[in-house]
Amino acid sequence: MTNQPLNIVLAEDDEDDRLFFKEAIDQVKIKTILTIVNDGVELMKYLYDPETIRPHVIFLDLNMPKKGGIECLEEIRADKNYHDLTIAIYSTSASDNDIEETFVKGANIYIRKPNDFKTLQKVIAEVLSINWQYHTSGLNKDHFVLSI
Amino acid sequence: MKLYMKYDIHYAANVIIQEKLNELGIDHELGGLGEVEISNHVSETQLNKLTLALGKYGIEIVDNLKSTLVQKTKDVIREMIYKEEGLPTSKISSYIAERVNRSYGYLHNLFAENTYTSIGSFIILQKIERAKQLIIDDELTLTEISYKLSYSSVAHLSYQFKKTTGITPSAFQRIIKKRQSLESLNGKEPSKKAVLQSNKIDNS
Repeated sequence: MTNQPLNIVLAEDDEDDRLFFKEAIDQVKIKTILTIVNDGVELMKYLYDPETIRPHVIFLDLNMPKKGGIECLEEIRADKNYHDLTIAIYSTSASDNDIEETFVKGANIYIRKPNDFKTLQKVIAEVLSINWQYHTSGLNKDHFVLSI
Repeated sequence: MKLYMKYDIHYAANVIIQEKLNELGIDHELGGLGEVEISNHVSETQLNKLTLALGKYGIEIVDNLKSTLVQKTKDVIREMIYKEEGLPTSKISSYIAERVNRSYGYLHNLFAENTYTSIGSFIILQKIERAKQLIIDDELTLTEISYKLSYSSVAHLSYQFKKTTGITPSAFQRIIKKRQSLESLNGKEPSKKAVLQSNKIDNS
């Protein structure tokens, strides 16, 4: 039985982080198709492009030029079409309060950027595996929160 | 106004399946856990119509035996966790094996191959999902919830909740409450609480 690949979008302005992420996701067992955009403006343009295949998960860097992660999060959640899209905030460490705020605004996952490659791989594998369960087992996405 | 609904997924799915089968005049008998026994010959057009009619509700006809077994295992687990009278007292592995009618070892491997997770992790995930729903319903205390879901103590439930979601049960409750008040503040449509969460499966 072959499973359909997951469509993943990464919005990240730092080139090194983009490369790291791409390498890490390539080594995860779950099949993925990765699209990378450089900032929030590009991300929103991509999501509203009628040609775009609907992604399953978006990884959003919080600090990006032009349009930041929080702004994107609010915009995406305000859109009925993208109500049940999984949004993972991907950022350098923040306080518990900040993390809770992003969940309240509709994020599903908060990832503190790991410092080493091995941990990053593990984190991405875990995120995708849990998201896969939500995707294939009819779990309620409204209650999907994961801080990692 | 916001209404909160409770629903039984299995019951709802069975009603839909029966309605559609009757509409198409297909003689059948429901065998529980998504099995339908068809007594007469069904033409291809009928089958296509049925696939189309059920697809609208997120119900798919599975023609692959392995994915059927995985789905059955998932259904048994979910049914076990959502039972009002609590989890079975016998060993969970033998309970699942008996219900699906395959050896646990076989199911364990099949499950891991097809779902990117293990039966054990899936059970924990489902238990935490159930705990989330009960926390939001706000009718039971955390102690009562841990008892209902067969945890040895509240501490054990809280630990597993935190380990699975990264946040504590009370933080979770706070987040969902804040989200809901934010949504009603923005005058948004209530989120799809009442929409049937169908048993979407991957049968590709």
